[in-house]
Amino acid sequence: MSLSSITAIVPILCVTAAGIAAMLAEAFREPGERMPISGLGLVGLAGAAISAGLLWGRHATGFGVVAADTFGLFFVMILVVIGVMTMLLSPQFVAVDELPGGEYYALTLFALAGMMLMAMATDLLLIFLALEVMSLAVYVLTAIKRNSEASVEGAFKYFILGGFSSAFFLYGIAFVYGLAHSTRLDRVGSALAGESARHPILALVALGLLLVGFGFKVSAVPFHMWTPDAYEGAPTIVAGFMSTGVKAAAFAALLRVMVTAFDPLHATWLPVIWVMAAITMILGTIVGVAQANLKRMLAYSSIAHAGYVLVGLAAYNDVGRGAILFYLLAYGVTNLGAFAVIGLLATRERANDDLASIAGLSDRHPALAAVFSVLLLSLGGIPPTAGFVGKWYIFSAAVRAGDYGLAIIGVLTSVVSIFFYLRVIVMMYMAEPGDAPASNEPSRAAVFTLAATLVATFYLGILPTRILELAARSISSLF
Amino acid sequence: MLTTIVFLPLAGALLLLLIENGDGRRDAVIRWTALGASLVVFAATLLLWSRFDPARADFQFVERHDWIPSFGVQYLVGVDGISLFLLVLTGFLTPVALLSSWESVHKKLKEFAAFVLVLESAMLGVFVSLDLFLFYVFWDAMLVPMYFLIGIWGYDRRVYAAVKFILYTAAGSVLMLVAIVGLAWMHNAITGAGYSFDLLKLYDLHLPRQYEFWFFLAFTVAFAIKVPLFPFHTWLPDAHVEAPTAGSVILAGVLLKMGTYGLLRFAFPLFPAAAAYFAPVLAVLAVVGIIYGALVAMVQPDLKKLVAYSSVSHLGFVVLGICALNVQGVQGAVYQMLNHGVSTGGLFLIVGMLSDRRHTRLIAEFGGLKAATPRLVAVFLLITLSSIGLPGLNGFVGEFLILLGAFRWDPRFAAFAASGVILSAVYMLWMFQRVNYGPVTHEENMALPDLTVRERWVIVPTVAMAIFMGVLPGIFLKPMQPSVDRLLQRVSHETVARAPRAPADDHAVAESRGAAPADVRVKN
Repeated sequence: MSLSSITAIVPILCVTAAGIAAMLAEAFREPGERMPISGLGLVGLAGAAISAGLLWGRHATGFGVVAADTFGLFFVMILVVIGVMTMLLSPQFVAVDELPGGEYYALTLFALAGMMLMAMATDLLLIFLALEVMSLAVYVLTAIKRNSEASVEGAFKYFILGGFSSAFFLYGIAFVYGLAHSTRLDRVGSALAGESARHPILALVALGLLLVGFGFKVSAVPFHMWTPDAYEGAPTIVAGFMSTGVKAAAFAALLRVMVTAFDPLHATWLPVIWVMAAITMILGTIVGVAQANLKRMLAYSSIAHAGYVLVGLAAYNDVGRGAILFYLLAYGVTNLGAFAVIGLLATRERANDDLASIAGLSDRHPALAAVFSVLLLSLGGIPPTAGFVGKWYIFSAAVRAGDYGLAIIGVLTSVVSIFFYLRVIVMMYMAEPGDAPASNEPSRAAVFTLAATLVATFYLGILPTRILELAARSISSLF
Repeated sequence: MLTTIVFLPLAGALLLLLIENGDGRRDAVIRWTALGASLVVFAATLLLWSRFDPARADFQFVERHDWIPSFGVQYLVGVDGISLFLLVLTGFLTPVALLSSWESVHKKLKEFAAFVLVLESAMLGVFVSLDLFLFYVFWDAMLVPMYFLIGIWGYDRRVYAAVKFILYTAAGSVLMLVAIVGLAWMHNAITGAGYSFDLLKLYDLHLPRQYEFWFFLAFTVAFAIKVPLFPFHTWLPDAHVEAPTAGSVILAGVLLKMGTYGLLRFAFPLFPAAAAYFAPVLAVLAVVGIIYGALVAMVQPDLKKLVAYSSVSHLGFVVLGICALNVQGVQGAVYQMLNHGVSTGGLFLIVGMLSDRRHTRLIAEFGGLKAATPRLVAVFLLITLSSIGLPGLNGFVGEFLILLGAFRWDPRFAAFAASGVILSAVYMLWMFQRVNYGPVTHEENMALPDLTVRERWVIVPTVAMAIFMGVLPGIFLKPMQPSVDRLLQRVSHETVARAPRAPADDHAVAESRGAAPADVRVKN
């Protein structure tokens, strides 16, 4: 074990250390004493960001199974952004919902560590390990409102189905090992290049099982069933964290596995991804139209967005891979911001997360309504916002691959999605307020976070060049 | 220069947002700030006109900056004789629209004025963009403020109309987005010079026939919905009727022109072979729209709906002129775009005034207004006549040129379209008669106030413009001429018939555009 192996995992170590510190802080806390535990998380994430910056371009590898390449580090950066936003927003939600603070922050940080490891792992077994670290933490986070039935129900659903999908994933790894005698992605890749001709069925079974596992985590149709219930039941901020962080990490691993290990078989699995992308976009948007609950609506919208990201994979070219990186960043920022707005409307007594309760919000909270509108328009892909550039990039990839069909499905479903995003805006701006539900004043940290989200949404939409080029360069390390 | 003009209204909108408006106490400040900003923009567009060199055919005031270099996206803006007057029209109608809502808008006044200014920025941006990506950004960004203007400050069914408006337009334009991306990629595939959204480079691209046709259709559907060309027009009556007066004026005056402008600037010259192939189809739809719009307008009980359907009819003329693809037709089309902005904008202003007074827009509720409000009726008459196309007023010049162009191309189109001129006289004059002449059937109409000072400031410039454009069309037509000629060199029924285009033809195009250094580089 050399020192350079350690350096490659420093970002993960920073976050893990922060998680342990959060746990200890909670354990040593006097009853009733207030502790800024989220600050510990911020310190850890800052450490991760700095170390990722220092590692940039050095191609450090750790233990032969972790790669701190630009691809992995770009995802670490996305996850840091998501983590920082979560840490800044959480104190208010923890206070309102009376969540157990120490556990909440520790689990969030452990989940983040698992996500980062997933993005950097180059071995199937380690990816599985990271996936479980992340998933177990998120299962518990979903159920952290112990006295809420919906929360427990959603978590249970998520846990059972997640357990199944993990088993599929592990089974897939076993088949891969049987074929390639290794779980290291590069070795699997070279083995499959020669081996698959001899055992085509085995290779396909392995591939199929792995895709089921990934499909579940990114909530692609037909493995999306858990998503609306889990998001609706989970505390709003956790739902935001899940819908962005889990998705980003799972897509990172999916992309890396497909492009490095299964590249020899891409002619076989690309049509599968194509179909998954198409039905995920279509089903996510069409069912989203019928939702009256904001969190369920955003859940279906997040399914649709998984479909757009799959378009980037189905295009199977450099443009598409760069687009995935950019899209997940743009989507992460806007979607987490949107969940945060919904969460800020909730009080201890009422969730206020259905369409009717935001009627006339523009009169009560003009700033909140304006921010929410911008974020929704960005999710719908209206320029000049981050969402527009992300979609444009994704569809460019499809067109670049000559796949006009998928691009057309994508843009048309975008229009349908605009319809349900607009419905929210209609309620906020054009409907008469009902029995105006009381809501809390956003904390200063929340105001700051939402303002930063707004700036980021416009920055990525108007001056995306630097991030676009960074994303395009980051994928070069995959080969 | 152009960047300043485009972003001035946006700066004005941001300035407005800084004004703290405690329960409407600063309404006056907001109104004057917004009006001031829009007047400065109008002055700036006039300055642009005065500096415009009417002898040149290429784009002037070109600004070019890299935006997203890895994809060849540029910030590239410029004006030619076609877009120049649309900028001036936008600059002219925005202060008029703001003034028209001076008293009728109380709710969220600050946001209202800010949205109008943001909308103006986006509209100006659409007319100056020479990069397709930039164009699309402005094109789509424009939907949002218009959506809010209809949805918040509109009439009873405003939400339905607003959502219909944005969905129709967005559905059309996303397919254009795919075509734009495809075009940029084809540029790389054909020339090997990388992606490019640069309109000037893409003009010179010779696409495979199949791509050309599909891309043309994608662009044309987007523009046809915006125009709106029959049968894509169903969003228009709803949006027009439910929008507040300022929204209707801008919608009719400027937004609809974006569809026809898009055909002229993008769809036709980018895909000349497909354009010539589909021109007869579009022309048929245009003629159907002319007659259908007129017939439906005739039976409308609601003033605003009548004017809305008259727009379908008038815009049909514009599309017909474009499809004729000859100098008279295209010049007439551009001129008619300006005319329609002035006269239909004026009609919506007057309908707005009547509806502010009576809180109804039903024709049957009026009658005999001549006795009560003689001044209002006088300007009403002038605007009505200008909309009908009476010689001496602006409408005549445009319609005459279009019919001339259509006749030169195919007399059958001209024959059918000409019936639209007669029908427009029928529905407009009949409406005018029912509203203004005859006995006063409703007592409350006797007490209606005549034009206020503010309303005079709104309507008199509009009427003056209608007369001015009718008497001195040369001022507008002359600077257009070189740009229209250049456009027709690129696409016309004759040149396309000789496909593939003769080299001599290309040479002529290159020469005529020699003045632009950017173009020379493109030709290499």
